[in-house]
Amino acid sequence: MVEKKNIFEINNFSIFYGDFMAVKNITLNIEANKITAIIGPSGCGKSTLLRSLNRMNDLILISRVVGQVLFQRVDIYDKDTDVIELRRRVGMVFQKPNPFPSSVYENVAYGPKIRGIKKKSRLDEIVENALVRADLWKEVKDKLNESGMSLSGGQMQRLCIARSLAQEPEVMLFDEPTSALDPISTAHIENLLKELQKTVTIVIVTHNMQQAARISNYTAFMYLGELVEFGDTDSIFVNPYNKLTEEYITGRFG
Amino acid sequence: MTIFDDELKELRTKVLKLGCMVENAIHDSVKALVERDTELAREVVKRDHLINAMDVGIDEECVRLIALRQPMARDLRFITTTMKVTTDLERMGDMAVNIAERAIELNQEPQLKPFVHIPKMAEITQSMVRDTLDAFVTGCSRLPYEVIRRDDEVDDLTVKNFEELLSFMLRDPKIIPLAVKRTYIAKYLERIADHATNIAEMIIYMCKGKIIRHMDISEEK
Repeated sequence: MVEKKNIFEINNFSIFYGDFMAVKNITLNIEANKITAIIGPSGCGKSTLLRSLNRMNDLILISRVVGQVLFQRVDIYDKDTDVIELRRRVGMVFQKPNPFPSSVYENVAYGPKIRGIKKKSRLDEIVENALVRADLWKEVKDKLNESGMSLSGGQMQRLCIARSLAQEPEVMLFDEPTSALDPISTAHIENLLKELQKTVTIVIVTHNMQQAARISNYTAFMYLGELVEFGDTDSIFVNPYNKLTEEYITGRFG
Repeated sequence: MTIFDDELKELRTKVLKLGCMVENAIHDSVKALVERDTELAREVVKRDHLINAMDVGIDEECVRLIALRQPMARDLRFITTTMKVTTDLERMGDMAVNIAERAIELNQEPQLKPFVHIPKMAEITQSMVRDTLDAFVTGCSRLPYEVIRRDDEVDDLTVKNFEELLSFMLRDPKIIPLAVKRTYIAKYLERIADHATNIAEMIIYMCKGKIIRHMDISEEK
């Protein structure tokens, strides 16, 4: 049997905003090259948990954490962690597409430039490669100098994915990446995620349970900051063992 | 209560209604045979289209609910089970029609001998159908396991019935045409019991999410 490789190991991990405990003592492994979906009602702590995986929560001053998050077996909350490097290796795409107010090309080349890559031919290569992987190249190859903000919503979201891919991340975190998109753009992004999964580990927070069911290998259900159930997506949606999970996914919650 | 809950309730009621119709068809077909009531046998044949229509209606409703409600977990298991259960019920209805048709033929001839095994088989088979429908409504219990166990009794009676008729046929070949029809009838009842067993297995799946078909159920606790 092939041993599963866990890229993240989250151990007894809690997150506080001031006195409020948003994530309560969660233990969870994220398997490499799989799609893990986190579902749960609003305010259950799923986005908070997601953002803690590349320390985006650090930006919220009153937040603090207890416990351990191992990324490739190294604790990311260790004081020696290079947070910038962590965020390169663990990229993020948000609910609302947020391209930089610059050209398509610059949006994707920005990260590599900051990393010190200066050679034009190398940058061209990285930009093309990232746009191809984000399945956007065909649509924008003739308008690389146009503003990233001029694209459609779905294209902008794929531009943000390309921008993240240009950093060669090992993991990509998606926070409701399609909730602002129409069904066609959504299907496009979902197919893209399945494709990216071959090279990048994906963790996605979604309110759309059908989406979680369609694309993920594993599903975690959270409620009131706790991890209620975690397992194969198939079993969660066909035969969950926890009554709360059952009520939530069958729409009889509360 | 959501609208969806109401729809599921309605679907369950329809399955029960179909089950009732099938139960009656089995009961009446055997009664028509034993009491030599050809009129009743014709009734059973005539009523079969109602069972077929109900089967189609339930199937359509299931597909509609899957498309519009995208059911998950126990709802999904309930709807997929319903689709399979109605198929089995409809087949039972067809078997009852077969019994009724044989009854019509047999009633035109003098009675070979009083029926012994067939009424007993019919009784067990009907109880199996009734209990699977009860289990379908009440959910998890020992009942479906009970039904599966009773299938063996029906199988045994099928063999006994055949052996008895065989000895008659060996003694007097003239009765072969009549005796063969009687073995058919036992076979139909045996098939009905098999369909009831299928339903029982699917109800266990509906409750537990575990497929026990093609398994030795003594392993299953």
